[in-house]
Amino acid sequence: MPFILRRLVFYLVAAWVALTINFFIPRLIPGNAVQSVMAKFPNLGPSAYKALEALLGVGHPGSLWHQYVSYLDNIFHFNFGTDVSQYPASVSSLLAQTLPWTITLVGVATVIAFLIGTALGIVAGWRHGGTLDRVLPGLMFLQAIPYFFFALILVELLAIKVHVFPTGQGYDNGLIPGWHWDFISSALYHSALPALTIVLTSIAGWMLQMRNVMITTSGEDYVIAAQAKGLPSRRVIYTYAARNALLPQLQGFGLAVGFVVSGAIVMEIVFGYPGIGLLLLNAVTSKDYPLMQAIFLVITFAVLLANLIVDMIIVIADPRARRMEATS
Amino acid sequence: MTVVLPISAEPAALAKEDARPGRWRRMPTKAKVGAVLLGVFVLAGVIGPFVTPYDPSFQNPSPALSLRAPYGAHLLGTTQSGQDVLSQLLTGIRLTLELAFFVGLVATVLSVLVGVSAAFLGGVWDEVLSLLTNVVLVIPALPLLIVLLGYWQTNGQTATILVLSLLSWPWGARVVRAQTMAIRNRDFISAARETGEKTWRIIGYEIVPNEVSLIAASFVNTVLYAIGASVALAFIGVTNLNSWSLGTILYWAQSQQALQLGAWWWFVPPGLAVALIGTGLVLLNTGIDELGNPRLRDAASASRIAGHWLPPADPTPVLSDASQRRGRLAGFLHSFSRSSLVDETKGGDAR
Repeated sequence: MPFILRRLVFYLVAAWVALTINFFIPRLIPGNAVQSVMAKFPNLGPSAYKALEALLGVGHPGSLWHQYVSYLDNIFHFNFGTDVSQYPASVSSLLAQTLPWTITLVGVATVIAFLIGTALGIVAGWRHGGTLDRVLPGLMFLQAIPYFFFALILVELLAIKVHVFPTGQGYDNGLIPGWHWDFISSALYHSALPALTIVLTSIAGWMLQMRNVMITTSGEDYVIAAQAKGLPSRRVIYTYAARNALLPQLQGFGLAVGFVVSGAIVMEIVFGYPGIGLLLLNAVTSKDYPLMQAIFLVITFAVLLANLIVDMIIVIADPRARRMEATS
Repeated sequence: MTVVLPISAEPAALAKEDARPGRWRRMPTKAKVGAVLLGVFVLAGVIGPFVTPYDPSFQNPSPALSLRAPYGAHLLGTTQSGQDVLSQLLTGIRLTLELAFFVGLVATVLSVLVGVSAAFLGGVWDEVLSLLTNVVLVIPALPLLIVLLGYWQTNGQTATILVLSLLSWPWGARVVRAQTMAIRNRDFISAARETGEKTWRIIGYEIVPNEVSLIAASFVNTVLYAIGASVALAFIGVTNLNSWSLGTILYWAQSQQALQLGAWWWFVPPGLAVALIGTGLVLLNTGIDELGNPRLRDAASASRIAGHWLPPADPTPVLSDASQRRGRLAGFLHSFSRSSLVDETKGGDAR
């Protein structure tokens, strides 16, 4: 079986584990969630009560196995149930509204941070002990700041003190979302500050990791041999050292995606950005359990998908993987 | 293979060398700065609650003390309801550090248990434990934490500590497993096994002591993660909001619009404290790393030849377990992991 198919099987297993955890959370944790939801939302009808009972597993609607099967069946049809805080709206439609915002913002900002951080890491690692290498402790400070706190500071400085950027939201009030220039330019303008937050706080991590691998790689015999042959520095750095140092960096990228997404969720709350993080906050504050669970699943699937894409890039970038693809 | 051991100095002399005052001076600068930074906050956490000028929850009804900027009596100003920010901060540092410490402890114990048993049992068990580790690693933790704590709303920190530790052990487990694999077949382990030592004794007295620096680094990393995660969770409002931690101060500051009101003294100090504790931990960890890997050390140890910095060669080549033989089932399981890519031997062809 090709490597990428085997990875796909692994991610399916991980997705199944996430689904199962999600199934058992409301059933194992004490407290009657249905009652607390019903007490909070008097506008819910009896049909919503039944649906909630089935979803949260109280009132014993059939055996556990039966519940599990119907739960999986619902998930496969993208049926996450009815939302309770915005009652007639279905959870899927709320997700469809917010997910594109988050994916665009977090995806673009993460890729930018990864590229810049890796490039800086190559330079810092090669010129070990040079100027760039010395500013690293400062960058570590940036990395240690919680995302959302950094976002607060940026809003204070760049949006309230100096009116360079808007303080929040995804686009100007009064605009109707759609594919026209007014809306797109407004959305871009509003996403500049959130994107800047993600880039500035995550660059240091990529840079540090790349620098460390780069230092180890540039001490390898083949790099020293290339230098001894008199190859131009640029060629030694990029084709000999950096290219090999990039693979561990890519593998790290896959695992870090989850962290970046988690940070971005909290950051969205500060900016009031209309993404899935803000939706999650609203779900938590209004005890909207079906929505909370659905958001957890959707974020998990997105992270798994991102990992699969990284695996594909590794297969293309790593000759060993290409050879394995060819032989198996 | 014969190993000639140099007859070294007596144990007493060795201990004396360990304790000589130059040891601190020889530590990497980063580690020193990190240790000092962290020490200040740990001190604040230990004595903080005893020296708070006011009760952190006391709301002063005087209108002059609502959102008062820092001055003599309130060194870090007051909140909207007249609470003293400095008192909240001193109480909050303790609670946050306490939580992070316990999470680090539980998660590190778990990761050593899983990592060492995976490497020691080997075969199918190793692959099953590695699979579990990788699955927990790939599921995004924060959304799961939010859902779990959203359901499990209790007073106190036990739920948060438990849930955070259960989700943060895999990073350490991977590192511990790799290191155990590397030293598993060294001579001193074989010698212990030949003399009939029990497995748990070998693990407890031969393996784990050789991984102390690694385990320490993993502990520091987990503490760092726990601080970030617990502050974020409190900021969202899913942990106990009745006690003062750095996260809950930020939660109240955000929910009462400290930012919009320009009350920087309310939200900057707790955030800065988190950032400084974090920086201290990162610096400490980098220092530990440099102590173990001379190549990463500062230019002081590198020599300059013809304008190029030449790092010293790595004195200890790390043996990979690439040539490890696996049974059919273990090989099959292994082929699903990302690391199967870099192994020269293909899974399942061991017999």
